[in-house]
Amino acid sequence: MKALTQMLTRLGRGSLFLIKILAGIPQLFLRFRLVVQQLHSVGVQTLMITLVAGLFVGMVLALQLYYTLSTFGAEDTLGMVVDLALVRELGPVVAALLFAGRAGSALTAEIGLMKATEQLSGLEMMAVDPVNRIIAPRFLAGFISMPLLAAIFSAVGILGGYSVGVDLLGVDSGAFWSQIQDKVDFYDDVLNGVIKSFVFGFIVSWIAVFEGYDCIPTSEGVSRATTRTVVHSSLAVLGMDFVLTAIMYQ
Amino acid sequence: MFRSIELSVGLFVGIGLAALFMLAMQASNLSSFTSAGHYQVNARFDNIGGLKVRSAVKVSGVKIGQVTTIDYDSETFEAVVSMQIDEKFSKFPRDTIASIFTSGLLGEQYIGLEPGGDEKLLAHQSEIRHTQSAMVLEQLIGQFLFSKSKDE
Amino acid sequence: MTQALIQIRNLHFSRGQNKIFDGIDMDISAGRITAIMGPSGTGKTTLLKMIGGQLHPEAGEVIVDGQNVHRLKRSELYQLRKKMGMLFQSGALLTDLTVFENIAYPLREHTNLSESMIYSMVLIKLQAVGLSAAHTLMPAELSGGMARRVALARALALDPMMIMYDEPFTGQDPISLGVLVKLIQETNSALKLTSIMVSHDVNETMSIADDVKIISQGKVVAAGTRQEIEQSDSAWVRQFIDGQADGPVPFHYPGETIEQQLMKVTK
Repeated sequence: MKALTQMLTRLGRGSLFLIKILAGIPQLFLRFRLVVQQLHSVGVQTLMITLVAGLFVGMVLALQLYYTLSTFGAEDTLGMVVDLALVRELGPVVAALLFAGRAGSALTAEIGLMKATEQLSGLEMMAVDPVNRIIAPRFLAGFISMPLLAAIFSAVGILGGYSVGVDLLGVDSGAFWSQIQDKVDFYDDVLNGVIKSFVFGFIVSWIAVFEGYDCIPTSEGVSRATTRTVVHSSLAVLGMDFVLTAIMYQ
Repeated sequence: MFRSIELSVGLFVGIGLAALFMLAMQASNLSSFTSAGHYQVNARFDNIGGLKVRSAVKVSGVKIGQVTTIDYDSETFEAVVSMQIDEKFSKFPRDTIASIFTSGLLGEQYIGLEPGGDEKLLAHQSEIRHTQSAMVLEQLIGQFLFSKSKDE
Repeated sequence: MTQALIQIRNLHFSRGQNKIFDGIDMDISAGRITAIMGPSGTGKTTLLKMIGGQLHPEAGEVIVDGQNVHRLKRSELYQLRKKMGMLFQSGALLTDLTVFENIAYPLREHTNLSESMIYSMVLIKLQAVGLSAAHTLMPAELSGGMARRVALARALALDPMMIMYDEPFTGQDPISLGVLVKLIQETNSALKLTSIMVSHDVNETMSIADDVKIISQGKVVAAGTRQEIEQSDSAWVRQFIDGQADGPVPFHYPGETIEQQLMKVTK
């Protein structure tokens, strides 16, 4: 019972915090420099891991699916299957998990440390609202970065699948692309994937900045909050993915 | 220092947008129906089977358009399908036949057009009179069994 | 006696089961250095946060410059905070900005000064704390004492009417201790500031404070000028000032006695 009350209290605090962040976002367009700086630390620094992971996931998918498809003599559909798997599911989800692990944890740790070293209090005493100046730019940068990272993940994954499927396993290059263009729908598949990644970006960024802002300002508190960010946002991403998929492809 | 941050962020956003563009154009069917002009044609079917919005419209196996809306007319008890056809392929005789086919044994369904011999052409918002409904596997099997049992 | 800049009336605050303040009354005079002392964990820093409006009391009020801090609207509170400087224990410098940018930060936020004006103002403030040559350094490159001096320069950037020091002397070597003592005293007299200093370093604090308040277990146990406190014969004051191990603040954590605890083991 006590745990439930605690959980609900946290959820309420998190929601109020979210409203405060959202209220601060319009002001950010006057100080876009803050957002650009955060895009650098949130987006650019997650780019490398996303590129590498996307490439490997695409290659593995192509290898795995090739052997299954070839038993039906359907190797030519490899491109389509790889593309669909990436664009609908793996791109948004795996990119979001990587994002939570790389950028989300860094966000929580950074904000938590700023709290522990009284930087947030210091800003408040300088009559500067830390939510507007520190939290909102990071949240917005996360929200913008996530769909871009997911798209990069999928695109690189398709190229990885192409290199394995066409160059290594001998699937016809024309069939690879024509099957994709024939069967992958822009609205049903690509656009829904993009919507998913926006939702994931929103959730992960929200959890990350809230955990940082709400943490106990000690080194132990910060490290716990960082762990919680990764665990909670990964679970939230997977849970939300189920809900979104159920709505989108009913 | 801020310059180099701007540059790397620019690069990141650029790559991201390029990836989105690739997914849109190269890795989906968006490119095949973005061409500028098209015109609308309607057709009525008794049964459309598994036809969906955005299913292909083909002639001689070449994709020339897509289904835009599917509706049901409760007066005539027919399905009303309207489709967009690329302006490049505007010369269809009025007595063109529209049929619903299945690509491959288990593939998706599409509308196949077979041009007739009329001198007048199909115009925008006109209706294709001659249609042939989708083949429904269960009906086919039913018919087959029925004719078999009559033979015996 | 000069008029009180800050009046604290019947302040109550608790954290969970722990009562931090149990009816604090305090007047802090304008233009003087007031030291608030007491054992660790008595909520001295909490008191500063209350004055700054960062924490809300359960009962009672804090009136700063005629305004009730906890009744103010957000924008009014921010206006008031511009007139308050606060020096945090860790310095609280923004770690991703240089020393120069840290001090320029409040100026950039709250004024429309030109870049050249900001440049000269920042350097003047840094000169006052003796660090104008260090303005290109990052906070991580500063020693603890230097970080506090930079933070002092930042707190002074907006020319506040008062400044609050949170444990300014903790963990400093004798030289930077001397520097900080001198700086606090000089800025107070030169800028006609009101200074509030929270500390448990008796010697340094007693050397510069005009007024001293001692709080313990949620109450003000002694208040007066430095001379009055030095000569006080209250057991509280003597224990704290002279650093006696046992007295009104007991050496043993309250609870069962050792005899009772040992009895349980032998049973």
